[in-house]
Amino acid sequence: MLSINSIKNGIVIDHIKAGTGFSIFKYLGLNNVNYPVALIINAKSKRYGQKDMIKIENSINLDYGVLGFIDPQITINVIENEKIKEKVNLRLPNNVEGIIECKNPRCITANERNPKHKFELIDEEQGKYKCQYCEQVYSWEK
Amino acid sequence: MLKRKNILDSQDLSIEEIEEIISLAQDIIKQPQEYADLCKGKLLATLFYEPSTRTRLSFEAAMLRLGGQVIGFSDSSSSSVKKGESLADTIQTVSCYADIIAMRHPNEGAPKYVANISKIPIINAGDGGHQHPTQTLADLLTIREARGSFEKLKIGVCGDLKFGRTVHSLIKTMSRYEGVEFVLISPKELKIPSYIKEQVLDKNEIKYMEVEKLEDVMEELDILYMTRVQKERFFNEADYVRLKDSYILDRNKLEKSKSNLAILHPLPRVNEISEDIDNDSRAWYFKQAKFGMYMRMALILKVLGVK
Repeated sequence: MLSINSIKNGIVIDHIKAGTGFSIFKYLGLNNVNYPVALIINAKSKRYGQKDMIKIENSINLDYGVLGFIDPQITINVIENEKIKEKVNLRLPNNVEGIIECKNPRCITANERNPKHKFELIDEEQGKYKCQYCEQVYSWEK
Repeated sequence: MLKRKNILDSQDLSIEEIEEIISLAQDIIKQPQEYADLCKGKLLATLFYEPSTRTRLSFEAAMLRLGGQVIGFSDSSSSSVKKGESLADTIQTVSCYADIIAMRHPNEGAPKYVANISKIPIINAGDGGHQHPTQTLADLLTIREARGSFEKLKIGVCGDLKFGRTVHSLIKTMSRYEGVEFVLISPKELKIPSYIKEQVLDKNEIKYMEVEKLEDVMEELDILYMTRVQKERFFNEADYVRLKDSYILDRNKLEKSKSNLAILHPLPRVNEISEDIDNDSRAWYFKQAKFGMYMRMALILKVLGVK
């Protein structure tokens, strides 16, 4: 098993769906930072068989809502003095702005320059969002 | 409180607010002279990015009958859109001139988008296949006049239920009343969008059924809301030929209906209601157009805070 040192103060993003770690890594801009970070892909997972992980040796503010939308199975461990200070389970955020685009070609967001794509969670169990302008339903796929 | 409120979706009006507008419209019908000057000095901008005869004229007639005045355009080719101006900029500008905007736009959600930009109230006069709340107000007054109540009605909606914005607005609104059931009559290509089924009908546990032929359900209906089925909406010619007559209401089909059925249609009609039933007591669609103007008068008075 690949070994990576535990971190002293920072964040571990765990249980990332295998294969999506790199895009989250890029989304968080971790390829352009000056503190230690590790992206581990295809690590063994009791729960999921395989998982990706990101370890960040720095206390940064994460947008949990966005991470929850990208992958709600993610867990976040906040580390202080090498100990887990807080475990955060993510859930689908109530509102998502500027991440996904409405697929309705007649929606105002597809035809006007400035409106931001805004979605509202309408069914957490089924991961359904609706466009706040045209009400087209978008299904988040697990 | 409707003063300065945007009317973007039929759900923007509470049941109490709908009642206030209906009462006011009924009073305007009784004594129009009392309302003839109430909007003197007020300006309505009708911004129609899509051609419309009836809705635009209805809004303009409503404002003129209240003593107000109207500016605007009736299709986007005569506006600055042709020069490349954004919708947001047009709205910012017009909201410097007028007191209230009625806007029709081909893009769904356009009124909601501009409502955040405008300094004056926006009334959605139809956005793509999405919503048409003031048509719903016309429908509501018609149903009230025809049946006396909104409760315990079996409402058939027939034709293009997929792109029919008037149907979407009506179902959303009528779903809030006790004991209302829907019969959704359309070809499979033009079925009601899933968001209406899931978010409105299923969520509110409203009884509904979907059928392909009008004649199969005619005798059960209290209200029949007809809409136009356009040939170009069908995926294949064979289905169109097989089903086209199912969506035409004629004397034969009407024979099976209840004697107090009310037939509504947002108009314009092409051939989906045979002209020989226009004088039948069950035909309410031309009265509906008139009620639409009175409801728009009432809405303008409320939104401007005049009444």
